[in-house]
Amino acid sequence: MTLPHILEAEKKAIVDRWFALILATYPADAAQFFRSGSSFTNPVGQSISQGIDDIFDGLLAGAEPETFRPFLDSIIRIRAVQDFTASQAVIFIFHLKTAIRERCLGRIRAEGMLQELLLMESRIDELAVMAFDIFMRCREKLYDLKANELKDRTLWLLKRTGFLTEVEDMPEQTAGCGTNVKQTKEVH
Amino acid sequence: MAKLPKPSELSQISLTPPPKPWMDIVTEMRQGMYCHGAKGKNLAALELPNARDFKVADEDWQIPDDWRETVLNGIKERLEKFRTFHVFMDICVRCGACADKCHFFLGSGDPKNMPVLRAELLRSIYRKYFTTAGKIFGKTAGARELDIQALKEIWYYYFQCTECRRCSLFCPYGIDQAEITIIGRELLNLLGLNIDWIAGPAANCYRKGNHLGLEPHTIKSSIEFFLSDLEDITGISIEPTFNRKGAEILFVTPSGDLFADPGTYTAMGYLMLFHELGLDYTWSTYASEGGNFGFFTSMNMAKRLNYKIYAEAKRLGVKWILGGECGHMWRVVHQYMDTFNGPADFLEVPKSPITGTVFESAKSTKMVHVVEFTADLIKHNKLNLDPTRNDHLKVTFHDSCNTSRGMGFLEEPRYVIKSVCNHFYEMPEDTIREKTFCCGSGSGLNASENMELRMRGGFPRANAVRHVHEKHGVNMLANICAIDRAALPALMDYWVPGVKVTGTHELVGNALVMKGEKERTVDLRNEPIPGRAAAEEGGETDV
Amino acid sequence: MGMYAAFLAVAGLIVLAFLGVQAAGLHFLFGALIPYVAFLVFVGGFAYRVYLWGTSPVPFRIPTTAGQMQSFDWIKPNRFDNPSNGFGVVVRMILEVLCFRSLFRNTKSEIHEGRLVHGSEKMLWLFAILFHYAFLVVFIRHFRLFLENVPGLILIIESLDGFFQFGVPFVYLTDIMLVAGVLFLLARRIVLPQIRYISMMADYFPLFLILGIALTGILMRYFIRVDITAAKAFVIGLVSLKPVSAPEIGVIFYIHLFLISSLLVYFPFSKLMHMGGVFMSPTRNLANNSRMVRHINPWNPEVHVHTYAEYEEEFRDKMKQVGIPVEKE
Repeated sequence: MTLPHILEAEKKAIVDRWFALILATYPADAAQFFRSGSSFTNPVGQSISQGIDDIFDGLLAGAEPETFRPFLDSIIRIRAVQDFTASQAVIFIFHLKTAIRERCLGRIRAEGMLQELLLMESRIDELAVMAFDIFMRCREKLYDLKANELKDRTLWLLKRTGFLTEVEDMPEQTAGCGTNVKQTKEVH
Repeated sequence: MAKLPKPSELSQISLTPPPKPWMDIVTEMRQGMYCHGAKGKNLAALELPNARDFKVADEDWQIPDDWRETVLNGIKERLEKFRTFHVFMDICVRCGACADKCHFFLGSGDPKNMPVLRAELLRSIYRKYFTTAGKIFGKTAGARELDIQALKEIWYYYFQCTECRRCSLFCPYGIDQAEITIIGRELLNLLGLNIDWIAGPAANCYRKGNHLGLEPHTIKSSIEFFLSDLEDITGISIEPTFNRKGAEILFVTPSGDLFADPGTYTAMGYLMLFHELGLDYTWSTYASEGGNFGFFTSMNMAKRLNYKIYAEAKRLGVKWILGGECGHMWRVVHQYMDTFNGPADFLEVPKSPITGTVFESAKSTKMVHVVEFTADLIKHNKLNLDPTRNDHLKVTFHDSCNTSRGMGFLEEPRYVIKSVCNHFYEMPEDTIREKTFCCGSGSGLNASENMELRMRGGFPRANAVRHVHEKHGVNMLANICAIDRAALPALMDYWVPGVKVTGTHELVGNALVMKGEKERTVDLRNEPIPGRAAAEEGGETDV
Repeated sequence: MGMYAAFLAVAGLIVLAFLGVQAAGLHFLFGALIPYVAFLVFVGGFAYRVYLWGTSPVPFRIPTTAGQMQSFDWIKPNRFDNPSNGFGVVVRMILEVLCFRSLFRNTKSEIHEGRLVHGSEKMLWLFAILFHYAFLVVFIRHFRLFLENVPGLILIIESLDGFFQFGVPFVYLTDIMLVAGVLFLLARRIVLPQIRYISMMADYFPLFLILGIALTGILMRYFIRVDITAAKAFVIGLVSLKPVSAPEIGVIFYIHLFLISSLLVYFPFSKLMHMGGVFMSPTRNLANNSRMVRHINPWNPEVHVHTYAEYEEEFRDKMKQVGIPVEKE
């Protein structure tokens, strides 16, 4: 009997509990809604439930840290545009520890596997760090998007008023390859 | 709406303390969720009341002391003017069928984003001042005072509604939150409480003819810019006309397509198509806006901006009007224009000069959707199309809310896209056609400062795109809406990187084989067409 | 909170009727005066509300289109979800009113973990249909009491309703359906947090009231039997405007009648007016032919517009410079 075996046996209870703890970070009425529906009628709930399922399986399988990135991403990308602070957005990772302890601590202790549990918890901590990176990247992306929309508009304006073409005007372009104009624009 | 919980879940629910009634929860305005307040100069240009700059984050919004009276009189007036408003204020049974149909609720879980509750924000005021039960029983009857907090809350949530009408589809009584939002925003505008992303474009449109404030010479140079690109790409020189009297057709399209990618490529598609057909048409610099941000301000403002289209058609003496790809523009053209500014008795029933098809469905308004026009051309085999040029694209189609639920324009764009693309995949059934999910940025909410709002509101749409992206490798999201073209790129960038956004006539332009054109090696974006781009390297091209 | 208040209110009505009839002996008040007043309030109030809605014009033709519009002859229109003519609208309204079409659209069976699952969306539609039709049939069955000679149609409905012939007297299916419907609608308001969040006293009150009416009716039929002949004579007296005092019928009958009277009075002032409103909703009862037939706005206002002349005045020089034709050189 190994720790993954125990956790595997209790998977449904742990993941359900974890899901419930995550939903508890939402307003009560929203939480109940996120619990149900298909991936198209309730994308938030489905993304979270699929994401934590994958994370849990990955942990049991001892997957490489990088494999968790897409799973974490699918949850954090959503939380990054909801009303959460950075710590609130990533705290759900730690809820997995809570869920495991609540559901299996007795059994783990009885089997003398506290050591393994600590190792597993360290791996969960690693995920939390990665989650924070992902959260920051999402937020940066949001600011990028804001900035890019403004920048793109300004660029077009400059082009229309003729400022940018002057800057770009290089001899080989006059040969009649409009390609360069657009390509330069994208570089900016 | 959620499924009934299982017994095990029920036990958890009872542990949750009952949330406070919504009336007791003070709304906190979160940055990223709202747009900047309207600038005084824009309100003044539109002759709107209380023109002054206002900052949303400020405690004091600088509204007149008698604002409550203004709002209440405004409500009274609109109850008498709009049966929709009157009936919708009275008959909601709060069944909750609409609750989970709103993309903003789906993305946020914020209960005040449920359409029913968004309506209740205003309905509670209505009850307090206009119903007997509300006057007597107050809060017990679901009534509440109109205080500054309530006003700000209405502002906050009525600018978190994109007027997409998805709730209206599912409501057993057809209660349409879009209509309630429109009227709510009219009331807010009585106090000068608009957002600048709406007031600015509307002011531009009023004075200069289009949302972007492009002046006549700039419009011409914008289009000339496309023409030089087109000449490079196709080898064909195109010479459109502007404000030309005696043309058969006036063409009106959203100005966004003249200004920013990828809308510009759609505009290039129009230019190519009309040139190839030898269409006798003209652009107008005066009626240079198909869209109507006035519609997001008030009915009267919508009418004032819309006026130019018929006025210009009359001045130029055209026979009928052709309209470009745009969502809310077509809601206005289809459901409002004739009522606003008709009858268009100086025009003729539109008839395609190429196929002879008479557009009976537009016989009164006399304005035809360019996608209808093109679908008819393709059906009659009048276009020489090479869809293999779009073979590197796997395309899906996003129905715009307005053309779907305010018109029923579902098959025409699909027919056109399937005729010009070989790889087309539909998104899941619950997310397309009349059940389409909004881009999250409609009704004037496509500013940049509210990016979080846009991203969460657009998530249900993006999620469906992601599905076909993963399942079929879809890499192009086609649409027939200028706001989609402006807003979806950011949405895709955030949720589904690798999917680009295109107007339908960009796809048409790429597939269109023009008389006397040179070998096409690049598409309208000046990107090499895979398998044909060898020319740059001096290699062979396969055609 | 709204739920408790609503429950107490209905309980209060029951107590009031009980005391009024049993203790104070006000049979005539509860048996005749109040029902007459209630009926008048209902008819007058209902008509007035509909009249008020009717006085608000429909400035724009804004149907919510739920399918392909009428277009080319080679594109199949969805005639009823997106009607382009009066006939289509009539069918749409029939589907809406009789089949709860929009609510049904809400229903989506989906394959979930390998099996077919129906969300409670379908449940809402199902129980709403159940509730409304059961109510209708129960209402129609009551005509037996209003008419000297019971029409054949009512007898047929009765026999269908009591088809399974169990219990003494036969249990009417609609009695069960009505109570089940009310209980479901009540349960989802209590159990689903979202719905609980949006529910007010005005949502619970009519449910409790109708539940009270149904239960008193059932009590009378199956448990606390009342003198049915006397009741019928009494009701016929009522409807023929010759009310009689009939203390012998039993207090439960008066409670039943008082709750119905309360419902009638409450009706025009409440959300129950959706019964009339559903016919008046401009997103449903108009044809999507806006580009074919001009819709007239009776208050179409004069608005200040920016004319071409003003526009050219401002930009004439710029237009001329780039060769855009102008009206005035």
